[in-house]
Amino acid sequence: MSAPRNAAPRTLFDKIWDAHVVLSRGEQCLLYIDRHMVHDGSFHAFNMLHARGLKVRRPSQTFGVPDHYVPTTGRSAADAATPEIRRMIETLESNLEANGITRYGLDDERQGIVHVVGPEQGITLPGLTLVCGDSHTSSHGALGAFAFGIGQSENLHVLATQTLWQTRPRTMRIRVDGRLGAGATPKDVALAIIARIGAGGAVGHVIEYAGEAFRAMSVEGRLTVCNMSIEAGARSGLVAPDDTTFAFIAGRPLAPKGEAWDRALAAWRALPSDEGARFDAEVALDAAAIAPMVTWGTSPEDALPIDGVVPDAKPQALAYMGLVPGTRLTDIAVDRVFIGSCTNSRIEDLRAAAAVARGRKAVVPTLVVPGSGLVKRQAEAEGLDRVFREAGFEWRHAGCSMCVGINGETGRPQERIASTSNRNFEGRQGKGVRTHLLSPAMAAAAAVTGRLADIRRMG
Amino acid sequence: MDRFTTLTAVAAPYEPANVDTDQILPARFLKMPRGNGKHYGGFLFHDIRFADDGAERADFVLNRPEFRAARILVANTNFACGSSREGAVYAFLDAGFRAVVAPSFSDIFFNNCLKNGVVPVRLPEADCAGLRALLAARPGTELTVDLEAQELRVPAGAVHRFEVDGFFREMLLKGVDEVGLTIGLRAEIEGFERRHHAANAWAAR
Repeated sequence: MSAPRNAAPRTLFDKIWDAHVVLSRGEQCLLYIDRHMVHDGSFHAFNMLHARGLKVRRPSQTFGVPDHYVPTTGRSAADAATPEIRRMIETLESNLEANGITRYGLDDERQGIVHVVGPEQGITLPGLTLVCGDSHTSSHGALGAFAFGIGQSENLHVLATQTLWQTRPRTMRIRVDGRLGAGATPKDVALAIIARIGAGGAVGHVIEYAGEAFRAMSVEGRLTVCNMSIEAGARSGLVAPDDTTFAFIAGRPLAPKGEAWDRALAAWRALPSDEGARFDAEVALDAAAIAPMVTWGTSPEDALPIDGVVPDAKPQALAYMGLVPGTRLTDIAVDRVFIGSCTNSRIEDLRAAAAVARGRKAVVPTLVVPGSGLVKRQAEAEGLDRVFREAGFEWRHAGCSMCVGINGETGRPQERIASTSNRNFEGRQGKGVRTHLLSPAMAAAAAVTGRLADIRRMG
Repeated sequence: MDRFTTLTAVAAPYEPANVDTDQILPARFLKMPRGNGKHYGGFLFHDIRFADDGAERADFVLNRPEFRAARILVANTNFACGSSREGAVYAFLDAGFRAVVAPSFSDIFFNNCLKNGVVPVRLPEADCAGLRALLAARPGTELTVDLEAQELRVPAGAVHRFEVDGFFREMLLKGVDEVGLTIGLRAEIEGFERRHHAANAWAAR
């Protein structure tokens, strides 16, 4: 992937894109796809594939894991909330089996949310193209892969050809320099960025996150920020791979080993954007000015620092949320708390939540759903499950759970939920449910106080 | 998919910006089968369109008699953001819609439209606002989306030029998707794959 001598400086994204173009027709490029992940919502794609009499062209580059519909109360499809939901899990199983696709099933400790499993297993590597029929596929860009969500017809196209026709997106660099303010986490960085540029602010763009805040951030944190790129409309998010990335990847089951690792590392070190590379758009934020954030409306762009007040804006959103302008955010009582989702269900997220929960008691029902079976085991090895249980939090098995609610785990109409997930859309966590997005530490603070609480005042 | 050349049909205005696909197709309908007579038309905007008891909400635009026959929607910025669910396009298509006009679309929804014979028409924000105002003031107005000429025409009124990428315009005009074409490029793909995997062994599996 090295550039010719004297070539124009290129961005990280340019380098990955250029290395994957099979051919082009006008503005459309036929892009080679290195990794394809499928889940229990991918059934339309398999139905179309089978209806056309086609086969999966590269099963070895395809990976399947049930996550959207899986029960968190048990580890069998029989634990599913309804027979229809059970059928979704079983349909994926049979599609994976019939097509010889690597499977991380419910009976496998490696099962989890697709965007947790990819990086965890070493499926996601720097410089790769990776797609999945889920908008939060942008997460994987945290490792320096170009990863994006696709629809079912595109799923079909990748299954059949291992390629996709794509228009080259524009590039946007978002720099966050300085050190994060007290109590601020990667989730707060993501919400601050979306509040700044808007829910459609990055449509048609791939974001590269740059600057000191991202260099200092763990891979888990970068995954959280890249995950929410789609909430600003971005095609994908990327962080340049560095020693933090390489240390995270080394030893993962599907990561290269031995001499192959050395060669990979040499290629990956050439990936970061060249000095002087041009981006179509530039945005800069001051890390020190980012405070713990919470959303008040029905779009992720409706985010404010926790010490703010409900603004006099978006009357329809306020009516849905049952909020009155001028109300202090810390005066908003919550009915339930959800800690989990592809945004915030990794070990660091659980540690942050447990640090707040330790020695305190939940005053509202609180669900903790780890991102994978391996995250769950790690958390249990660290005793975090005990901390949660002693605080009265429910400790569950891995899955998407209340982020999208289609496994049957939803809130009730008008119920107000503090959630570490990624979308506060109307009805997202169940019809009529009111969602406030926040970080894992802030969610735990909400659980033990019964209202949106400023983590900086929790002592 | 059905070919698209020119469509003249009632257009409905839809005012909110940042409409997400959870509004277009609530997630609980995602597991529904499609085909063999089963379709997604009844799910379109379900929770906005219907009250809790299942009755239609009279104030919802698509429930108004003048817009019952609508096959074109004129929407606002960042239309269909959020989830990648292609069911959002199935819901439009199965409810009779073949074109959506907006200043900007989420990238995934835009692509999903192209694969299903729904034409996503991008027009400047002011033009979309003007069209929505016109449709609200004169409900039942028919617009023409002419994909060959790449024009959206208002009766006895303005002609708006739009662009759909030539590759996908051809697919829409013929009523085929690109899977067959790509399968025909097998030799090129295999050649690329061999070079790519030889140069980047870590990318191969």
